[in-house]
Amino acid sequence: MALAIPQRVPWYMAPLRLLRAIFQVRQFPGVAMAILVFLLVIPGLFAEWIAPHDPIKGSLALRLKPPMWEKGGSITYPLGTDKVGRDVLSRIIYGARVSLRVSIEGIVVSGFIGTALGLMSGYFGGKVDALIMRLVDISLGLPIILVALVFVAALGPSFTTVIALVTILLWARYARQIRGETLSIKERDFIARARVAGASHFRIMFRYLLPNVVNTLIVLATLQVGFVIIFESSLSFLGAGIPRPTPAWGLMVADGRELIVTAWWISMFPGIAIMLTVLSFNLVGDWLRDHLDPKLKNI
Amino acid sequence: MTRHIGDVILEVEDLHTYFFTRLGVVKAVDGVSFSLRQGETLGIVGESGCGKTMTALSLLRLVPRPGARIVQGKILLQGENLLDKSENEMRQIRGRRISMILQDPQTSLNPVFTIGNQLIEALKIHHYSHARELVQRAISALKQVRVAAPERRVDDYPHQMSGGMKQRVVGAIAMSCEPHIIIADEPTTSLDVTIQAQYLRLLREIQEETGLSIIFITHDFGIVAKMCDRVMVMYAGRAVETGSVRDIFNHPSHPYTQALLDSVPKLEERTARLYSIEGQPPLLWKLPLGCRFASRCSYTEARCETEYPPSFSVAEGHTADCWRLQGEWQTYQSSVSKT
Repeated sequence: MALAIPQRVPWYMAPLRLLRAIFQVRQFPGVAMAILVFLLVIPGLFAEWIAPHDPIKGSLALRLKPPMWEKGGSITYPLGTDKVGRDVLSRIIYGARVSLRVSIEGIVVSGFIGTALGLMSGYFGGKVDALIMRLVDISLGLPIILVALVFVAALGPSFTTVIALVTILLWARYARQIRGETLSIKERDFIARARVAGASHFRIMFRYLLPNVVNTLIVLATLQVGFVIIFESSLSFLGAGIPRPTPAWGLMVADGRELIVTAWWISMFPGIAIMLTVLSFNLVGDWLRDHLDPKLKNI
Repeated sequence: MTRHIGDVILEVEDLHTYFFTRLGVVKAVDGVSFSLRQGETLGIVGESGCGKTMTALSLLRLVPRPGARIVQGKILLQGENLLDKSENEMRQIRGRRISMILQDPQTSLNPVFTIGNQLIEALKIHHYSHARELVQRAISALKQVRVAAPERRVDDYPHQMSGGMKQRVVGAIAMSCEPHIIIADEPTTSLDVTIQAQYLRLLREIQEETGLSIIFITHDFGIVAKMCDRVMVMYAGRAVETGSVRDIFNHPSHPYTQALLDSVPKLEERTARLYSIEGQPPLLWKLPLGCRFASRCSYTEARCETEYPPSFSVAEGHTADCWRLQGEWQTYQSSVSKT
């Protein structure tokens, strides 16, 4: 690739450069990272200070106001209001917090369980392996939406239920991937050397095998954040996720669906937020996968 | 040579390690006995699959599981039978009292940690503490294996080192807890010849400094001549001949040892074809009743096919399992009982 020569570019070229930057995202996920930070992390952490209105209390007098650029819209409610008069922008900002928490906690819990079981499965082999892999098969075969509905019917919708469902759905992918890597790494001599040096099974798994699969774990986790966000949104959409009136993106899409013809903004903006977040996470994940491979380093 | 050879520290009696497979019982190690003195180097020689490595792994009780099991025998390390130890007690012995150097330095080091880290890890397993002291010990361990600039090298990753250097680091890790015995399982097969000589010299020097005993597994008689005090020749899971290096080279008494020595190419003779032993070793799950070498031996008699020969004492400390020796020499057992 030819070196880019810095030069003065007229102001009207700015959109073009942005477009080019987006297409180069695979090489450097700057744009994706920026979208993530602006859309998810900052709003999620500082929602109280950023959001212009209360996300839960609305005023019925101000219901169904269109976004500010439409006829009848106002700058006070930049993305309009929903059918009970709550500010859509504020709800999106608070919704980022839900998505952030669900994705972090869901990924951490399922990653922890899946990795531990995958390591055990690959390292011990034999009956342990057979048992864990059958559990994986069962888990991958579960009709998850059905399970979710049963869960919610039994326990009621709550944040914990969502995390539990995410874990049930995701741990098996970690377990399977980590098991595969463990199988190949445990045959290498440094594992044999650790055994010869008197290391315990536990030590070998967590001090010798785990550091060798960390890259895989990071990539897998990043690629699944998008999936978790979509999954949480689907659950919320079905009423099996975050309970109302907590602002969650999926719930907002669901709420706006009867009014999609007359008040499109209620479900459109949270939908766009979901799409952009998932897309950026996937791009970052792809980039990480390409760049964390130790064999490709320094090339 | 200023080496002092002391008392017997390891004694293996009638060791049997079997694999239990679908094909039947594979007798990988089938009645091996030997002893090792302090400061001594014992070579174990034999072709691939004759049970050399399985013998070594049995000493550490690390036979591959599931499948393999030590079914019979005694391994006496300074008088304690290792086969009576619990798994926890064995972990204290591995690395600290008996250590092992593996064949391939390329995969013997963990690619994601610096070598200093890995040296410290070996010490940590055996509860040596104090962070400052650990770094010093790691550096002095590297110094011991003649790694140049060890203070700088401790921060290197394995991929920044050459094969010979890596093998020396592996040696440093194996020796960092000051074991009494090191088992070296073909440590030089993946090194080129000059590095090989250097490495062997280094092992000898360390042995002189520390009085360590070495069990050297190899199939290279040149290395045996250079390194070892005594040799045990293995064939199909049994030790067929044991003796001092001089005795084995000058008076090989078992036909297999003779054939092995004949198959080492010699520089002074020009032969059209290199000598090789005809045939294949017996399948370890279908071992013959009698001598295992009978089908390939040129001296086979009727008795060889039906009865395994006992150990005959050929000279002091030199025994071989072959019926041909019966007339001239007494059985090992009877000669022992006499003295």
